[in-house]
Amino acid sequence: MTYSEFLAKYSTDIWRAFFTHIELVLVSVGIGVIIAVPAGIFLSRHKGTAKYILSIAGVIQTIPGLVLLGIMLILMGIGKPPAIAALSLYAILPILRNTYTGILEVDGHCIEAARGIGMSGGQILFQVELPLAMPAIIGGLRLSTVYIISWATLAGMIGAGGLGDLIWTGLSTYETKFIVAGAVPAAVLALVANAVIGFFQHILTPRGLKLGR
Amino acid sequence: MIQFRSVCKRYGKKTILDTLNLDIKAGEFVILIGPSGCGKTTTLKTINRLIEPDSGEIYIDGKDITKMDPVKLRRTIGYVIQQIGLFPNMTVEQNIAIVPKLLNYKKEEIDDIVHRLLDLVNMPYEENAKKYPSELSGGQQQRIGVLRALAASPPIVLMDEPFGALDPVTRDSLQEEVKKIQRKLGKTIVFVTHDMDEAIRLADTIVFMNEGKVLQVASPEEMLQNPADPIIKSFLGKHMSNGVNAAGMVASDFMRKKVLTVPKTKKTLECIELMSRRDVSSLIVIEEDDTYLGTVSVDKIKAQGKAGKEIAELITVEAITVNRDSNAQEAFELLIASPTGYVIVLNDDNTVAGLITKTSMAKAMGEALWGEMTQ
Amino acid sequence: MSTLFSLTIEHMVLVLIAIAISAIIGVILGIICYWVLYLDKVILWVVDSLQTIPSLALLALLMIFFGLGNTTLIIGLILYSLLPIVRNTYIGLTGVPPHLKDAAKGMGMSKLQRMRKVELPLSFPLIFSGIKIATVTALSIAVIGVLIGSGGLGYPIYRGIQTMNFGAIIKGTLPVVIMAVIFDFLMSKVEYKLVKRAK
Repeated sequence: MTYSEFLAKYSTDIWRAFFTHIELVLVSVGIGVIIAVPAGIFLSRHKGTAKYILSIAGVIQTIPGLVLLGIMLILMGIGKPPAIAALSLYAILPILRNTYTGILEVDGHCIEAARGIGMSGGQILFQVELPLAMPAIIGGLRLSTVYIISWATLAGMIGAGGLGDLIWTGLSTYETKFIVAGAVPAAVLALVANAVIGFFQHILTPRGLKLGR
Repeated sequence: MIQFRSVCKRYGKKTILDTLNLDIKAGEFVILIGPSGCGKTTTLKTINRLIEPDSGEIYIDGKDITKMDPVKLRRTIGYVIQQIGLFPNMTVEQNIAIVPKLLNYKKEEIDDIVHRLLDLVNMPYEENAKKYPSELSGGQQQRIGVLRALAASPPIVLMDEPFGALDPVTRDSLQEEVKKIQRKLGKTIVFVTHDMDEAIRLADTIVFMNEGKVLQVASPEEMLQNPADPIIKSFLGKHMSNGVNAAGMVASDFMRKKVLTVPKTKKTLECIELMSRRDVSSLIVIEEDDTYLGTVSVDKIKAQGKAGKEIAELITVEAITVNRDSNAQEAFELLIASPTGYVIVLNDDNTVAGLITKTSMAKAMGEALWGEMTQ
Repeated sequence: MSTLFSLTIEHMVLVLIAIAISAIIGVILGIICYWVLYLDKVILWVVDSLQTIPSLALLALLMIFFGLGNTTLIIGLILYSLLPIVRNTYIGLTGVPPHLKDAAKGMGMSKLQRMRKVELPLSFPLIFSGIKIATVTALSIAVIGVLIGSGGLGYPIYRGIQTMNFGAIIKGTLPVVIMAVIFDFLMSKVEYKLVKRAK
């Protein structure tokens, strides 16, 4: 069958896979952000603990995606929840690390001035530290999103659906068209997400940081 | 207004503040100065509790500040640091407005404050309010830093070596401005520096510290005249000779009183004899009433003099003269410029009071610096 | 156990071959970025995109052209590893202080000699760091290779998933993680020494 016939026949499947994929990514990265940003803030106040936690997280990062998905499969069965659980764990590290370094890199003198003029800890965090760390945090978000889009392609292995499903079908049936139907959208999705978040990184950087001498 | 009572602070084994007792009066420009490590910055930071004392009390307006909420306290005290610390993510306007915002001032009030303060330092609102700190020069940034500290009208403003990182020209003009602002607004300013020039220029009262203790609290003039400790003296350094001794000195302080004078009726050959015996190359000639007439040099006599004639004809008035009460520095400069190498000091009635030579000047200066010379 | 060992070796060898080739290509591309003004943005964008593309997608597409097996995995790993190496080479080269370049020019070195004797050696710590990052990442990615018919530790992991055998998954994962940690540790040490020497 030609490509156009193929697309006509399987378009619903392809769209379903696509949206499932996006769903998996959004939810996992969302969970990652919710956990990692407060954790990053916490670690910036407790630098000793930070070293341990970041090393441990670094080691977890070396665990191949397949493995965590497999473990979650065993623990939680098949379907989306175990995939999301595994992917969320992956999403945490880049955001965590970038939040932590981003906050630490804020000019200490600004913080001293802020304390000295009578800003409370919370006010300093939200009005000074986070705005100034924002480019780094979004950088972490960007990395994380790209990773998750990539690993989510494996989610099909444990029955969660997504574009990986199509790729796998293609691999196991030697049907090139399925591979293309899965791989190309996945690639495009990753490239577009990278560019879009990069764009947001640019516009969300406080103006004061971009200008100047 | 600010009182320190037996305040102590230690870091590990090192004592930073040693039973500090100090009173700072309201409305004064007070400078804390001393060698590195003397505790001046620590003292400053205990006022707004960025550093907490280990023991002792600090009172502002009679209230013990250790019993207050530090964050609320700091909002009533202005704070300016050397590295400026403006928030790069906020505009000039937002930086200045920050404390009033924290205190929930109304928008119109804040607006008004920002306009007024920017006018105070000649940085008009239209051009500057929406700029970001990174678009400003160092001097402009620090001006905004000062404005930020003043925005909520705190009675006290703390400044920690605020101009240390600026070039001398900018530093100079900012010092002027801060002094003016302090006078105009009547603030109590506590200012830390290690630059004695700055201290003398700006302070109403100087607090000299060393090793965690206060060595002397005095106005700049007092401290210059009566430094309480050798270390203060050495800090004052060049200011000493200018301030105390040189300020009041006049030409007569530097002169040699024993001067060789001859009446104009003296004959040429006698003069030559005199000059050869006394080993000088010129003589001061005076009138019958002892007033100064001029000088004669041995060369002139030899060239133009005739034996037996009075030297009155050979008088030149090349020599430089000064009145005995004229400024010593002026006399010094004339001495250096003098073609004859000496300056004649005259009394008000034009009689000769004495002679300033390089030797007599050097001797007098030595005595000024180190006390009476035995020779 | 012995199968596990041979699989581990196979895994490592696949990665090392890929890294070696990627390093050579990557450094050359980095040099080109540095020498040719407009190509730098293009090359960096391409290489960045290669890494952004999901690895499974990349491998699957490659498989269409190169078939199943180890070769495809190696090609995929090479492409995937280019970014850190090219980028670090480029940053390292552009970071060479201009006065040193001038000195070399002044001494009469040709462009190539300058590159060989001055610029590359000075950039080496940074390039090595890029290779380190690429290696550690590749060890993890290589596991996916099993899905396109390559060898390596992906196999026991995959089998473990299919049979829901926790133990098998762990047996496959542990060597990967251990290798990654060891390589990271050793290469960081070397990197540290290189940086110290450069100072």
